[in-house]
Amino acid sequence: MSSKYREFLSGVKAVIPILFGVIPFGMIYGVLALDSGMSPIASQAMSSIVFAGSSQFIATQLIGNAVVGVVIVITIGVVNLRHLLYSASISPYFVDLSRPWKYLLAYFLTDEAYAVAITHFRNFDRNEKEILQGEKKNEVLFSQKRYKHWYYLGAGFGLWSTWQISTVVGIYMGAIIPESWSLDFTLSLTLIALVIPTLEDRASLLSALTAGLIAVLAFSLPYKLGLLAAAFCGILVGMLIRKNS
Amino acid sequence: MNIWVIMVAAGLITYMMRVFFIVLVGRKEIPNNIRIGLQFVPPAVLTAIIVPEVLYSDSVMQLTIRNYRLIAAVLACIVAWKTKNAILTVVVGMLVLLILQMLSN
Repeated sequence: MSSKYREFLSGVKAVIPILFGVIPFGMIYGVLALDSGMSPIASQAMSSIVFAGSSQFIATQLIGNAVVGVVIVITIGVVNLRHLLYSASISPYFVDLSRPWKYLLAYFLTDEAYAVAITHFRNFDRNEKEILQGEKKNEVLFSQKRYKHWYYLGAGFGLWSTWQISTVVGIYMGAIIPESWSLDFTLSLTLIALVIPTLEDRASLLSALTAGLIAVLAFSLPYKLGLLAAAFCGILVGMLIRKNS
Repeated sequence: MNIWVIMVAAGLITYMMRVFFIVLVGRKEIPNNIRIGLQFVPPAVLTAIIVPEVLYSDSVMQLTIRNYRLIAAVLACIVAWKTKNAILTVVVGMLVLLILQMLSN
């Protein structure tokens, strides 16, 4: 087996445990997208064009409420802002790659792919230090470093294909499941599952509480602008607290 | 706006943010202020979406014990906080909502 292929496969293997979490969300997305009035083809296409779970969830909600297009686009943009952080954080590992590789790998940059890849990359950074100190020497590490983009591609592709397939399943299920099951509530629950672990200190907690409060106070603003106002105030409060502590 | 236009525009914006530091800037550091601000995007944005979604029904605030979604959401928050398990959070929240709805009928 070639080293490239081996790295690709170990990238795929690294995301397998995460896939158990991705599959139900892909399916829920498919159900919600269909529920919002999007055609099956458009629902599926969003999973590859936008390819970012939480923003796709929110898009279905806004589309279902017939919110103005520009606001939907801006909201998706704001929800996905965190990808800038991932892009900056992972870019040192991709510096020596060719441009086509960079453009390709950027497409696969998701929360999950980032988490898996950055852990792997930092790991061999540490191992490398040990080797320089003469404690370890091996060729595995050499090929890991040389073909790290194949590892990332394996992780990204594993996540991507799983997301597409679970969307298809969700779209089929959405056509069958009756409305009385209140499946739209899975949107709120999914977001709760995503947001609670991010509330790790006082600054993030107060940021979230501010955003929640403003979202209620500004609820009657047109075009769902209350959401953007709330997000903006929440981010600002978080920054101020972090800076003063 | 056509759904496809929305999708392609949102996809392009998202891709540009993914590609930005990897391709266009490469070696540059992200400014400190922006980095701190970005850390608060998930808690602020997600909470701003969840709270009205749970509190309002048909544009009227339902701050009562009859708002089963609110009860289920609060319990889901506790599960998420205690277990950090996303699937369990969704399953418990859905079960609570469905059971409360069944009991009230």
